[in-house]
Amino acid sequence: MTTVGSPEIELLLNAILLLLMVVAAIGVIRLRNLFAVVLLSGVYSFLMATLMVALDAVDVGMTEAAVGAGMSVVLLLSVLGLTRTREAPTRRRPIVPLIISVVVGIALVHGTMDLPPFGDPNAPAQRHVAPEYLARAQVETGAPNVVTAVLASYRGYDTLGEVAVIFTGGIGVLVLLAGLGRYTGLRTRPPGAPDPGPEPKPVPLMEETVVLRVAVKLLLPLILVFAMYVQFHGDFGPGGGFQAGVAAATAIILYGLIFGIPAARRVAPMRVVLFMIPLGVLIFAGTGVASLLLGGNYLDYSVLSSVPRSGQHLGILVVEFGVFVTVSSTMLGIFYAFASRPPRDGPEPS
Amino acid sequence: MTDLLPHFNHWVTVILMVVGLYAVVARGNMVKKLVGLAIFQTSVYLLYISPGKILGGTAPILSEAYTVYSNPLPHVLILTAIVVGIATLALGLALVVRINEAYGSIEEDEVHEADGP
Amino acid sequence: MDGVLEVASWITLILGGAFCVVGGIGMWRLPDVFARLHAASLIDSLGIGFLALGMALQAGLSLVTLKLVFIVLLVGLTSPVATHALAQAAMHAGVKPRAIESPGAEEDA
Repeated sequence: MTTVGSPEIELLLNAILLLLMVVAAIGVIRLRNLFAVVLLSGVYSFLMATLMVALDAVDVGMTEAAVGAGMSVVLLLSVLGLTRTREAPTRRRPIVPLIISVVVGIALVHGTMDLPPFGDPNAPAQRHVAPEYLARAQVETGAPNVVTAVLASYRGYDTLGEVAVIFTGGIGVLVLLAGLGRYTGLRTRPPGAPDPGPEPKPVPLMEETVVLRVAVKLLLPLILVFAMYVQFHGDFGPGGGFQAGVAAATAIILYGLIFGIPAARRVAPMRVVLFMIPLGVLIFAGTGVASLLLGGNYLDYSVLSSVPRSGQHLGILVVEFGVFVTVSSTMLGIFYAFASRPPRDGPEPS
Repeated sequence: MTDLLPHFNHWVTVILMVVGLYAVVARGNMVKKLVGLAIFQTSVYLLYISPGKILGGTAPILSEAYTVYSNPLPHVLILTAIVVGIATLALGLALVVRINEAYGSIEEDEVHEADGP
Repeated sequence: MDGVLEVASWITLILGGAFCVVGGIGMWRLPDVFARLHAASLIDSLGIGFLALGMALQAGLSLVTLKLVFIVLLVGLTSPVATHALAQAAMHAGVKPRAIESPGAEEDA
């Protein structure tokens, strides 16, 4: 088939998903039980991912599902485990924030009136750079997935900056929570907490469930194979380094949730994770330096091979691999940092 | 029908933005503020991707069977934004954990009171 | 495409959607966690099964059908495990099953 559905059905699907998202967002504000708020935010992220696929942004949908509905929920739940799960009733009066929000909303709605109508193929957004990318991406880089070609090659600088941001965020979390104080001299252990010792005992509840352990052992290789598939098929279909990195980290996180953090640390030790976090950034930046050494501009992959097109393809593959290494190790390192934090003793302030 | 509500996506984007903004400003619980910030960020993703969509187009993966593709450029920008968002969320949550250990509470009012005038 | 196949695919798609709606209503109306898990498993098994069957009939014998088979197998592996984990967590948290009071319930037990 060459037709892609009717506009009416697309608009209806769009409208339903958007309304559901508004309901979920309002529920997040109104609920007092933070556990329910976190799960509702996961539902909201899944709805957003579905909406992204309905809006033809398949790469974005996959990333939002993996990151927003997977990693975010895991991190929020681990923080709830370390703090508390109910929100205290607000003592402040909400009238001023409500007025501010409504005024901002009205101003923004007034601003959107000038935007071109939704779905218009003649809108200015569709007519400048986008047709160029669509026409030239496969010819120049050999990757049918235009998003991957633009991400890794045409807009490679932005992606390098993004990998650096992930790296910085991971290092920040590790410094705050994981006791890298022996390198920096800053004390990071909470004041009243007991020393957890080298090997905290695993939670007995999870150890006595045969079903979960067997299922996780069956799922783990499937998830890792799927992560590899998404990574290397990202040139030809939806996928790429980010989605694959989050999926691979999710596999180890699942293992750690069921078998305990010490078991996960035996599979993916902290030293290896700490080594891999900057390695991806180095691979990415190093590809640019290699292009410089071979006579081209920085991050100009055409000079990496005798034929410019295969050079571009090679450059995209290497760069996406660098992204995968940094994203997966950063997500895993962040999870280790949150999961290894001993719970606080006593409610008195220091 | 297609020109019945040309700006519906944009209005819902604005509603979600306002909801997220309200959660950040009006609620004192820090975890809820961070979740509200995440909602705000996702509404911005919607704001970028909605104008890239062409009704009757398909995902920007080139193949012989299709001729009309949606705009790939917002997808690239938002891919970056999503992963930056999770990095920000992780840092914010790490700060919340440390604040809880220092003050015993994740409510902004209680932390202000513990700090004193 | 073939008329019979088209009609069959539409019937299974609508059935799948109907089971999802029934599961959703069940999750709303049933009294406690354990009964709601029954309703949720309805969505995961019958809902997804019929929807995948309808989509496979629409796609014919192709790569799409193979991917749908993988998805159904994956859901078939993970959904009962998730239900088991939820039920066990609820049991350990101390949630007791609640029955809807109805006259004549004591005689049936």
